[in-house]
Amino acid sequence: MNSVTKKGIVGRGTREGAALFRDWFQDLTQKAEDDETAAYVFVMGSIAEILRVFDMPMVFPEINSLQTAVRHVADDFLNTAEDYGYSPDICGYVKADFAMQMQNGNHPMGRIPKPGIAVLTNACNTYFKWAEIWERIYDIPMVSIDVPATREAGTRTWPGDEQFEREKKYVKVQLEELIETCEGLTGKKFDVDRLREVLGHANTMSRCWKRVLELNQSSPSLFNALTDGTVYLGMSNVFRGTPEGARFFERLVEEMEYMTANGIGTLTDEKYRLSFIGVPCYPIFRRFNEMFTKWGGSFVMSSYLWFASGGTNIGVQYNLDDPLDSLAEGVLISVRDAMDSMFHPELTVLSQADDFNIDGVVYHPIKSCRTTSAGMADNRRMLMEKSDLPSLFIESDMMDSRVVGEAQMKNRIDAFFEGLASRKARAAVEGGG
Amino acid sequence: MYSCDECRKDMDRPKTLEGWKNQPLEEILWLCQETIEDTEVTTVKRWREAGGKVLGHFQVYFPEEIAHAAGMLPMKMFGASVEPREADSRFGSFLCSILKTNLEQVLSGRVEIDMFVTHPICDAARNLAPIWGRNFDYPCQILYLPQNPNSSHSVQYLKEEYERIQGVIEGVAGRKITKDDLRNSIAVFNKNRALLRKLYAIKRERPWLITINEAYVLVALGGLIPREEHNELLEAVIPLIEKRDAREQDRIRVVFEGGFCEQPPLDMLRTIGRSCYVVDDDLLIGMRYILEDIDAGDNPLEAMAEAYINNSSYSPVQHDLRKPKEKMLRERFENTDAEAVIITAAKMCEPGLEEQVTYTQELEKDDTPYFVSEFEENMSSFDHLEIQLETFVENLMFD
Repeated sequence: MNSVTKKGIVGRGTREGAALFRDWFQDLTQKAEDDETAAYVFVMGSIAEILRVFDMPMVFPEINSLQTAVRHVADDFLNTAEDYGYSPDICGYVKADFAMQMQNGNHPMGRIPKPGIAVLTNACNTYFKWAEIWERIYDIPMVSIDVPATREAGTRTWPGDEQFEREKKYVKVQLEELIETCEGLTGKKFDVDRLREVLGHANTMSRCWKRVLELNQSSPSLFNALTDGTVYLGMSNVFRGTPEGARFFERLVEEMEYMTANGIGTLTDEKYRLSFIGVPCYPIFRRFNEMFTKWGGSFVMSSYLWFASGGTNIGVQYNLDDPLDSLAEGVLISVRDAMDSMFHPELTVLSQADDFNIDGVVYHPIKSCRTTSAGMADNRRMLMEKSDLPSLFIESDMMDSRVVGEAQMKNRIDAFFEGLASRKARAAVEGGG
Repeated sequence: MYSCDECRKDMDRPKTLEGWKNQPLEEILWLCQETIEDTEVTTVKRWREAGGKVLGHFQVYFPEEIAHAAGMLPMKMFGASVEPREADSRFGSFLCSILKTNLEQVLSGRVEIDMFVTHPICDAARNLAPIWGRNFDYPCQILYLPQNPNSSHSVQYLKEEYERIQGVIEGVAGRKITKDDLRNSIAVFNKNRALLRKLYAIKRERPWLITINEAYVLVALGGLIPREEHNELLEAVIPLIEKRDAREQDRIRVVFEGGFCEQPPLDMLRTIGRSCYVVDDDLLIGMRYILEDIDAGDNPLEAMAEAYINNSSYSPVQHDLRKPKEKMLRERFENTDAEAVIITAAKMCEPGLEEQVTYTQELEKDDTPYFVSEFEENMSSFDHLEIQLETFVENLMFD
């Protein structure tokens, strides 16, 4: 173990990710100080591939907002927005960002530049309402890339299918329209070779991201999908299409492969392997996880890592010979998959439960996000119908500490683990008999 | 136009709503109210008993002409005054009521449908196709209305999406839809929209002739009966309204905003109607979303797509750079010569609640009076609202 630690491989991803993230925030702060603007984008379909061609700095307001919760200052931001008239019942991310905009971009991790353009997909409807706020405050272009999603479970179409090709055309035209807007905004001509370069980095990242997630089938698990996974997720969004991002994920795969080859796992004495469905409870991010790890529960998979990476977890590879067409195809497949991961997470969990050796599923619906939460109760009902996987359903929020009932949450988690323990004991007896 | 046996069967179907002909206006309005408050939705039951199939569609806009052309009854699922006993277990907290009551209607067996369609109007509604799909065997689909209507390709995309849903509908209806079927249906719905425009013109020009709740039941009825029947009823009723013996009173003219999806209770509308003339609103805006007649032409689906993208109203759940919501509300306010705005939102309706801030900011720019409120379709006490509203109105009248 000591020799491994000396090599500096184990934990490298988390350390390097955190350092790169700090640098990124510092860079944004500098840009804000220099009065530069940025492209405001979202995690589910940032379209970074195009924006990087124009060297546009990118701001991820969802990440800024969640950072206020992790740093326990979200309530102040939420109160500011609510004093302005925003309802307690709307998305906390939107409110925290609005309050930050009202406070000249001041954020606990630095200062955020103002938007020069907003780019969004339809993966979340709140993206539209959110971007409309910036559109009104700053009078900036707002470009949406509408990605037709799965109309009904089991009806997805693929390249070569008539419907898929029609939808790809729709996405492609919208990407071309975004390029036109970026050209007008920056005064730069679109450079297809630069796009190829960016897509190449994105390919490396997607391939490695998929591999990292697969490697967590290892026992003991290599990383906690809820905590470590969120750091990797941040990297997958912020550094998409960059050489730093590609290199980070190549090194992460190396770390994970090293760990699996040497039988090294997370710090948790792993007794139960869990799947997480939803968005983390950021107001008590660490404590939430500890309520599980103290029982030996480790999150080995998380739907958050699928949808909040914009579906890049499935590892779509762009064809560099036909970059724009391939980008349209990739955006359609990936963003659609992100949406499916929110509406039908049970399908992925059920198909991978054996590979990941899952003992239970934790559903975490939240007030702030109806996209991920509205269907969870029914989703759980279906999971229980289709499998004998035990599940837990705990409601709270990703931002608003007022709806996080920690004591009640703990009681329910404890009861869940007691159930898992007796189930394991029963299985051992039956197996022995 | 009707040539096949199936189509003749459609024409021979008994009426779903009887008993209104040759009745006084008040009796007809009462029947309309009873019909839309009937949680058993007897009109739809009658349709089914006569062998008809039903396509239930969630708010806000659905191209009902396509279902109509297949001989199906497009049923507008705008919620119901029921306790969501079974549906509650399918949803978590922090959600609006209409999601639950629509599902409750079907889970409880009060309403039977053959196909369900929802739209990507909000984060919650997008979950309905997966939820319904896990509960029922018939097609439960999302109709992907374009969320980037500003793209040069959006009309083409929507035409193709209409073709896709037409294929699913044909499978359920068990028959092909011809262009003539579509043209016929477009004509029926053009007539319906024209009649609704006429009704709204009365509200705007002589609001003392019809209260907001009376107009509402007349409109809502159309979502629960075949549109031909609705046309027939409106054609009979509108002249009766115009001949009504009612005098103008000293009430303020208001625009009501916030009824695009979940519907406020009738008693709430009645409460508002007691102190205000509601000269325009967005109640059930989907039924009036297309602003002018559609010229079906050679390609009816393309014409419908064109109308949706380029000749339609607005709502908080459609983003269109050409239609900033605050500007649209301002137009509605000015075009109707209103004096104030009532801005409501259904509880837990995220788009509606977000737009409240936009609207109030806009109205504050020139001190346009506004009244803000929230509602839930099943709320039953309006005393507090009535007092607040009366105070608001008095302040305006005696200012």
